[in-house]
Amino acid sequence: MSATTNRDLPGIYHKAGSLRAERRWALWSAYASLSVAALIFLAPPFYMLITSLKTSGEIANMSGNPWIVREPTLENYWAILENPLFLKFFVNSAIVTACVVALTMVISVLAAFALARMRFWGSQVLATGVFLTYLVPDTLLFIPLYQIVGGLGLLNSVWGLILVYPTLTVPFCTWIMIGYFASIPKELDEAALIDGATWPQMLIKIFIPVALPGIIAATIFAFTVSWAAFVYPTAFVTTPDQMPLTIGVVSQLVRADTFAWGQIMAGALMAALPPVIIYAFLMDYYIAGLTAGATKG
Amino acid sequence: MAQVSLRKIVKAYEGGVQAVKGIDLEIADHEFVVLVGPSGCGKSTTLRMIAGLEEITSGDIAIGGTVVNDIPPRDRDIAMVFQNYALYPHMSVYDNMAFGLMLRKFPKAEIDRRVKEAARILDITPLLDRKPKALSGGQRQRVAMGRAIVRDPKVFLFDEPLSNLDAKLRVQMRTEIKKVHQTVNTTTVYVTHDQVEAMTLADRVVVMNHGIIEQVGPPQELYHNPATKFVAGFIGSPSMNFIPAKLEQASGALRLQLPHDIVLDVPASRTARYQPHVGKNVLFGIRPEHLTDDKPTDKNNTVPLTLKPEVIEPMGMETLVHFKLDGTEVSARLDPATPASVGAPLSLIAHMDQMHLIDPTSDKVL
Amino acid sequence: MASATSTIGADQARVGSLQRFARRRSSIAFLMALPLLIVVGGLIAYPAAFGIYLSMLNRRMTAFVGFANYEILFESDTFWDVVFQSCFFAITAVLLKALIGFWLAHMLHGIPDKGQRKWRGMLLVPWVIPPALSTLGWWWMFDPSYSSINWLLSIISVPEIPWLGQPWWARISIIIVNVWIGAPFFMIMYLAALKSVPEQLYEAAAIDGATGWQRLRYVTIPMMANIISITVLFSLIVTFANYDIVRVLTNGGPRDLTHVFASYAFQVGILAGNIPRGAAVSLFMMPVLAICAFFVLRGVTRRNKEQM
Repeated sequence: MSATTNRDLPGIYHKAGSLRAERRWALWSAYASLSVAALIFLAPPFYMLITSLKTSGEIANMSGNPWIVREPTLENYWAILENPLFLKFFVNSAIVTACVVALTMVISVLAAFALARMRFWGSQVLATGVFLTYLVPDTLLFIPLYQIVGGLGLLNSVWGLILVYPTLTVPFCTWIMIGYFASIPKELDEAALIDGATWPQMLIKIFIPVALPGIIAATIFAFTVSWAAFVYPTAFVTTPDQMPLTIGVVSQLVRADTFAWGQIMAGALMAALPPVIIYAFLMDYYIAGLTAGATKG
Repeated sequence: MAQVSLRKIVKAYEGGVQAVKGIDLEIADHEFVVLVGPSGCGKSTTLRMIAGLEEITSGDIAIGGTVVNDIPPRDRDIAMVFQNYALYPHMSVYDNMAFGLMLRKFPKAEIDRRVKEAARILDITPLLDRKPKALSGGQRQRVAMGRAIVRDPKVFLFDEPLSNLDAKLRVQMRTEIKKVHQTVNTTTVYVTHDQVEAMTLADRVVVMNHGIIEQVGPPQELYHNPATKFVAGFIGSPSMNFIPAKLEQASGALRLQLPHDIVLDVPASRTARYQPHVGKNVLFGIRPEHLTDDKPTDKNNTVPLTLKPEVIEPMGMETLVHFKLDGTEVSARLDPATPASVGAPLSLIAHMDQMHLIDPTSDKVL
Repeated sequence: MASATSTIGADQARVGSLQRFARRRSSIAFLMALPLLIVVGGLIAYPAAFGIYLSMLNRRMTAFVGFANYEILFESDTFWDVVFQSCFFAITAVLLKALIGFWLAHMLHGIPDKGQRKWRGMLLVPWVIPPALSTLGWWWMFDPSYSSINWLLSIISVPEIPWLGQPWWARISIIIVNVWIGAPFFMIMYLAALKSVPEQLYEAAAIDGATGWQRLRYVTIPMMANIISITVLFSLIVTFANYDIVRVLTNGGPRDLTHVFASYAFQVGILAGNIPRGAAVSLFMMPVLAICAFFVLRGVTRRNKEQM
């Protein structure tokens, strides 16, 4: 606004010129900081990509710039895609993640609806408890859970992972769903009650559609968390054919004597692809889910 | 066929706070009843108890002769319009209106017929495919009413439906609501804090305060014969002046001794009514519109008095003048042609046949 | 519903059915929340309590030994190294993440709206990649013989850095990777908070004569204080309990000097097979986590109240 007044009345408002310079300086420094940050933030995945496109010979060649690829090749990708172990990891990750996401969403949507709207004895305490359990890290629980899962005979099994992963996803998803449900105006369920809806109808016909952005955000959260889970599979799975991708790539592709860096990086990148793709297409929901913990609820 | 009866309705919250303290009300079939009062007076709670959204602590509510205390909202055959409209944001206008019928398993053709009919009455046919987000406030209001109309319920409940609209639209929708009621003629209970809405819409107005009913009656009745000081002050805008006074006997007639040695003669027609209160301190109540400039056509039952204006508010069709009388605010409505200036004595007349006397201890109108 | 025609005055009957109605609603609600209760109780609360019990058993889990495991840990130098490393790592990393995150959020907030999405999209990438996998990339970048970072540094004549070979450099490497992963999260949280500060406040402050720095000091930071503390405390919990990075990057080495609680508990409990002692190690995280959790909860509750 001051820029236009400045143009009209240069004689009177000469001070506005310095304001404009100040703004230009601020903008310039903002772009400079962001560029530097983007460079640093994107360098490791970029370097992983470069490495994955190199032949073993080029990787071993220590002369010259390691950040560029001279003879790009997809041979590492073909090799890793032909590796039955890697494909097994992928399938395991997919099974575990799909089951965990489904379980999580059913558990947390039902619970959040009950906690946000139906108020029963102890519901307030439970809502707080849910948030507290979200703050309990997996590294505090993995040893006792190791004993429990072992007792159930589920060590070295994807089913053991499906059993314990909800500890990572359910508390947070429930918490943000409570937040989303609580933000739906009370009159909406009253209108539905008067229109003749029962509680289940109200959940399915009103709450789930209206809170769909929240449900998408929670689903994305559950997906990324179960896909990236590391502590539990590292602790509970030691047989390669039951491993999900994270620990599989880290423990099985990295063989102490012969580091096939090109293949490792190709494998890591492909393993990281599903969450990155989801992020690329659903960035707004992803970010909504990320910030919901502190801003909703 | 649906009258609504409230019998000794009490609503108490945990901790013993009583929002509604045992009210009785009979609403006749086809009647348009408005519950009005300041916020926190229990009017909304009462409405929500009729709707079944709040449980009744004690008492009975009957709709169409059936006690509905234990019946969930969906089986009470009522429809409600909310202050924020409560339209389902993910459904089109059509689906919003059809939802209640769909849940009640009406045949598709019947739903379609009713929705289209309601849309026609409310003039929202072109909006049927839109989502609520794409509607203006007034249009949302219409859809909310449409949702109520399609149900063809026994009773319409309105909870401050016009509060979220701007002043101009509010007046328009007020007329609209009255028109709709004249068309569908369904028993209606309407809650508002706005006494103008209450007066213009109601067959009967129920004035509530602190969880009790102060007075029930047709709008004109409440205006001319308020039963309590609260009703007298609440109905009418600007509100009635209350001036402390002493009722005295003066040679066959009664007169009021006001501050500043102002003495007003009480009309002879009221002598018998006020005789038992002679010698008491009372509140003299007179509406600003009955305290006018000194050029009436009919001088009957008027008394002159002179006051110094403190604030003058020209409104166009009239001028509001505010005075101070020993710490009591007094206002008068004058002809805009009357010259008035701050501090200059102004002669007024009080239309004493419109006066009220209030017992300051019981707040009852005498 | 049958009581619909009950006569006026049948008070007792009515109270009964009202209660039944309320009770039915809460039993439906309870049923809906039951799976959650099972997860929270069976997979979080019970294991936590079970962990405490485990930590008081002997190695073969045949006898109750009280606090013996804790006493042994107290006498072990490695354990104290772990305590130091965990605290040093968590505090340094969280501080750096908070500062970098705040700076970037502030910069991002300053550029025109239409460009923000693109930048935000790029800057959040480190947070999106599963940490174990991106750490693998870092590990390769730190590789002693092929380090691409050292190659870049050699351009400006910095001598070779033994990233993962020397304890202090290894500690720094772990912090670098953690900050790289976590700073975007802080940035996003702070950006959301910055956007929620009403523009009029800045306008009022500008008219009151506040400079850019004063606006930051007296408007932005106080308005964001709550979200800053929630994020910092939350991140402190997560960072303190971190496992992925240490496991992939150094696996505790060199000479067990970069172990944090989680990786040491893993080493002792799972790899060396001393489950009770491993449980004892991880339980040492409890007090720090409990304090952080208490303040996070307080912050969130307060924030909710403000928003109402």
